[in-house]
Amino acid sequence: MREMLAVSGLNAWYGESHILHGVDFRIDEGEVVTLLGRNGAGKTTTMKSIMGLVPRRAGSIRFSGTETIGLRPDRIARLGIGFCPEERGIFASLDVTENLMLPPVIAPGGLSIDEIHELFPNLKERARSPGTKLSGGEQQMLAIARILRTGARLLLLDEPTEGLAPVIVQQIGRTIREIKKRGFTVLLVEQNFQFAATVADRHYVMEHGRIIDMIANADLAASTDRLHAYLGV
Amino acid sequence: MFMIFGIPGPLLFGQLLLGLINGAFYALLSLGLAVIFGLLNIVNFAHGALFMMGAFCAWMLLEYLGIGYWWSLLLAPIIIGAFGILLEKTLISRLYKLDHLYGLLLTFGLAMVIEGLFRNQYGSSGLPYRIPPSLQGATDLGFMFMPNYRGWVVVAAAIVCFTTWALIERTRLGALLRAATENAPLVQSFGVNVPRMVTLTYGAGVGLAAFAGVLAAPIYSVNPNMGSNFIIVVFAVVVIGGMGSILGSIVTGFGLGVVEGLTKVFYPQASSTVIFVVMAIVLLIRPAGLFGRI
Repeated sequence: MREMLAVSGLNAWYGESHILHGVDFRIDEGEVVTLLGRNGAGKTTTMKSIMGLVPRRAGSIRFSGTETIGLRPDRIARLGIGFCPEERGIFASLDVTENLMLPPVIAPGGLSIDEIHELFPNLKERARSPGTKLSGGEQQMLAIARILRTGARLLLLDEPTEGLAPVIVQQIGRTIREIKKRGFTVLLVEQNFQFAATVADRHYVMEHGRIIDMIANADLAASTDRLHAYLGV
Repeated sequence: MFMIFGIPGPLLFGQLLLGLINGAFYALLSLGLAVIFGLLNIVNFAHGALFMMGAFCAWMLLEYLGIGYWWSLLLAPIIIGAFGILLEKTLISRLYKLDHLYGLLLTFGLAMVIEGLFRNQYGSSGLPYRIPPSLQGATDLGFMFMPNYRGWVVVAAAIVCFTTWALIERTRLGALLRAATENAPLVQSFGVNVPRMVTLTYGAGVGLAAFAGVLAAPIYSVNPNMGSNFIIVVFAVVVIGGMGSILGSIVTGFGLGVVEGLTKVFYPQASSTVIFVVMAIVLLIRPAGLFGRI
């Protein structure tokens, strides 16, 4: 398979704190890959580093062959990466439709508004509500939906299931499988590996700012003890 | 002569109109400040100086190039807006990662330098700028005579304020601006060139100040201090309306102009303090301002 993202020797800092200490992993086109790990392992920082949102970083992040380590976030996004942050980032002063239409289309191949409304019917019903008046689950759907229509090929989803009801988690699982079917590549940060197991091809385990293991989804059942030890669950 | 509350009608309406005119300038200036503060997080103390530059720009266009009022109304905001873009690019953009205080010091310093340069060149007694011929004279409204130019100032300011409001609240560009005000890094991570947007926003805010400066030129004499006379009140307007609120600065700008005008009729001694009294009361009751989000 063709390599889509290759991260090697990635270091990142917030001020004086050194968060990532040489992260290495790769994602191939069409894969769904998760980053698992405890709180503070560096999963979110890895995502923000890929997006260019961390003030200081070093190493190499190649996206479809292009080195992005020195680029501004908007340039990185325009290469074809969509980011859905952990806090969801729904804008309170924008209504649902404005939130949905906010990210500019960067390439052809994104979902149309009709397809998005088909995936997330709630967003159509509540089109004129202020973005932050939606429920947590609806906000999460909105945050995912708005990067589906831009034509980005690699989607970074940071803990999309956090704090949501099981029925919503299932819906998000269906959405991820659906977008995988459509050829999108997904990097997913998760704490909930039962959920991760239902959607992903491979899992990277992070600890103390490094990748310490890689488990193929097919081997997950055989590796449960190992994973429990890593995640402390 | 008819009386209202024991005050002659024409006097009352005259002060009301004066209040509306001052309010028009408050609204235009605080609107620019609100837009700039919202996106740049900089309290632009140079705003008054840029307003003054707008007036001087109109005067110079007429004096040196023979370009009249109507063209100046278009050209001065563009020229001074471009100057604002230069300021943002070369100086202000270096301060975004620092404390608010540095932005305040820089823009306050800039205001003093700019005003000082103009005072040095043109003195502080003021230069006359004639009302354009098409707006000279007055109209009898039945209850009072209204100078045409002053009516035009109120109408023009209201139109520009409304257009700016609609641009920000009703268009895609405005949605990007509102979103970037809330969370600029996220908007940038969607592929929007936020640094360029910030620069252009500063330019647009400065352009509004310059537009107000051209409107003011025929009413007040064109002099280097004309901005500092306004700017303290304008900051009070911004605080009362709610820092960064677009609608707040427009409504509060016009409203406080009228309050000030009426105070001049009923209790003239308080007219220069009334706005600050209102500010103190508003801050006690609604610390985020009338239209601010807490």
